Parts: sequence; C-alpha cells; structure tokens
Amino acid sequence: LSPNDGRERFETVVAPYLADAHAYARWLIRNRADAEDVVQEACVRAFRAIDQFSGSNGRAWLLTIVRNTAFTWLKEKRAEALVSMDGLNESERLAVERGALLESSTSPEGEMIAAADADELERHIAALPTEFREVLVLRDMRGLDYREIARITGAPIGTVMSRLARARSMLRTAWLATEGQPI
Amino acid sequence: MTCNEAEILLHAFLDGELDAGHAREIEGHVATCPRCAAALRVYGELRAAMSRSDLRYVAPDSLRARINGMFPAATPRASNRWTLFNSFMLGSALSATAAASLMFAVVRSDQDQMIAGELVSAHLRSLQAERLIDVHTSDQHTVRPWFNGKVDIAPPVVDLAAQGFTLVGGRLDFIDGRAVAAIVYRRGGHVINLFVTQGSSFGRGSTLKTMHGFNVKLWSEQGLYFGAISDINADELQEFEEKFEAATR
Repeated sequence: LSPNDGRERFETVVAPYLADAHAYARWLIRNRADAEDVVQEACVRAFRAIDQFSGSNGRAWLLTIVRNTAFTWLKEKRAEALVSMDGLNESERLAVERGALLESSTSPEGEMIAAADADELERHIAALPTEFREVLVLRDMRGLDYREIARITGAPIGTVMSRLARARSMLRTAWLATEGQPI
Repeated sequence: MTCNEAEILLHAFLDGELDAGHAREIEGHVATCPRCAAALRVYGELRAAMSRSDLRYVAPDSLRARINGMFPAATPRASNRWTLFNSFMLGSALSATAAASLMFAVVRSDQDQMIAGELVSAHLRSLQAERLIDVHTSDQHTVRPWFNGKVDIAPPVVDLAAQGFTLVGGRLDFIDGRAVAAIVYRRGGHVINLFVTQGSSFGRGSTLKTMHGFNVKLWSEQGLYFGAISDINADELQEFEEKFEAATR
C-alpha cells in the first residue's frame, strides 16, 4: 500500500467517523484534552492497520480501536476509573434493581426528564461505571445498533442488552435521587 | 410475559431491535400493565433527552486539523471534472486528446467524486428560485405518495423537525441521467437536499466528501442509495444521516 493509497483509504474508512470517535473518547475519558490525545492515537493505529481493514463498517472498526486505546489509557492513568459491572456492591445493585419499582403509572416523570437540563443529565451519565456509560453513549447518542455495540465492546448481544437496561435504570434512579422528587 | 422479562426487553423494543414476535408480546404486555407502560414512556423520554445535541460533543476543527497534519501530504490529484473542463476551456497546455483521456481516467477512477459533482450541480439548481420544491408540505404522508409514478421507488420520507431537521417538501430531480426522488429539509437557514435512488451509481458504503464548499454524504441502506448535500458542517450532516436512519429503521 503506497502512502497515498493509505491516506485515501483513511479518508474514506476513518475520517467520516471522527465525530463518533471524538464523542466516544470524550465520554470514556471525561477530559477534553486527554480525549483528543486518545482520538489522535487511535487514528495513528487505524492508519497503520488500514490495509487490514476489509469490512464495510468503518465506524465500528474505528470505534473498536478508540475503545482499546481509551481503555489502555484509563488503565495507565486512572486505574480506579474502570468499574466493571461485577464491581458493583450489593446496595448499588439493589438500587439499580429497585429503580424499576420506583415509579407509578401516574408519575409525570417523563416530562421532568425531558425538562432536565443537559448539564445535570451529563453529570449523571458521567457518574455511571464505564461499561454502562459506554453502551448509553454508543446507543443513545451515536445511534449504533446492538450488533455494532457488541462488536465494539467485545461483549455478547445479551450482555449489551442487559447493560443498556441497567444503565438506563441507574440513570433514572440517580436523576430522581438528586431531584428529590416524591416517589 | 412477566414484568421481569419485559424489563429487559422493553429497551430492545424501544431501540427497534426486537423481532416481530417479541415486539408483539411486549405490546401486548404493555397494553395490560400500567407499570411497564409507564416505564416504556419514561425510557423513551430519557432516550430523547440524551439524543439532544447539547449532550453530543462536537469534534473541534483543531482536532481534525491535528489528525490531518499527522500524515504526509498526499500528492495532489485532479479533483474533479469541472476543474479539468475549466483548464481545458482556458486554453491550458493540455491538448484536447490528453484532456479527454485524463477526464476519462478521472471519471472512471472516481465514481463517487462524479456523483458528488452531480449532486452539487443538482443542489445548486434547486437553490435557484422556484426550483427547490415541487410538493410543498411538512407532512411526510403527503410527500411520499407524491413520488408515486414519478420515480421507480417509494422513498422513505420522515419529518425530523423534533430532531432539528424540518421537512419542507419533495421534488423530482435527475442524477446521472436518471429520475431520482429529492426530499428537502431545512436546518435553520440551511437547505439539505436528500437524493434517493435505487441506481447503484451512488456507490456502496458510506462516504463523506467536501466539494465546492458543500458537504456531501453518500450511503446505502436496504437496496436504496442516499446522497445528502448541504452547506451545514460535516458533523451536522453526519447527524442528519443518523437521525434519518434512526427514524426510518
């Protein structure tokens, strides 16, 4: 592959998805400058491996590389940031599960969430454990489907589904808790 | 179906990931279970709140510049037929034969570029007075049937006003000598033309190009080929594609 061909492949396979790569890294790393470094590093890796890419889904391919780069970065710089689902303690797990029981059919909760300002929502999303946060970001903000998310995160589709369910449930519980809304 | 089962499957239902059988079961359950019905509504609201653009980080231009700057500059290549045509007309050093063969080579080697050029021309034509819209309406159920008998497909038409892209109408247009459906959206003061065809000349896969200052996004989905063009920035055009695909899925 000549440098020119590699560059052109990069332009068609990778460049269109820089916005996705940036948002994903931003939500994983939670710091602007570091997230940009991670995206740049991921692009270098993608460029080097571009002749190995033969599929049709450049977005999922790039995001897989972004994830690997970001997780390596997190492990090196912030060991504590990686809370896996198994790492939840009993009371957190109960809180997650009880979240589903908190509402009544007459609650105007939906309208309250719709009116919640973005800063607050952002804070709650940022506070989720990484593996829950990323499925929310990939699905609800970037619009990827379950199959793509499974591929990027290296988890079975069933796991993606349950993480997404629990992430949304945790988000709702967290939001209600800080709002101090009557339950 | 029990509430416990529904609790997980609700999300897949909401995301359009359930097969028809399970989707019917969820619909049946939700119809008789107020608690799960409320959960479905709340999660829908939550999802909508998250997809609002203020939560989506926009990639700064400085990052794009940094990434572009990492690579050795590619040798400039003839960008499009129009440039070649201009240089030919202006009496450049190219002989007619050389220009003709070069043009042939460029067109052959870069079908996407050619289609992007056609889309730019069609977009520019549409912006001239009175050419933008043949059927004026923000009602998707009026636009779609309007195309019956005019093009050989039933193009998906969705109003994306809630997502920031307002449907304003439809138009019959021609790309690469073929009748195509043009669906017109507005975002603020910007016009987005979405061309839909089943002709494969649009090319497979998803590409984003910039040409004459316009961003052009090409993609294909379920046998249809889409080309969106506008002067909005690349991220917004990408967002348009995502919102459109999410709404038509």
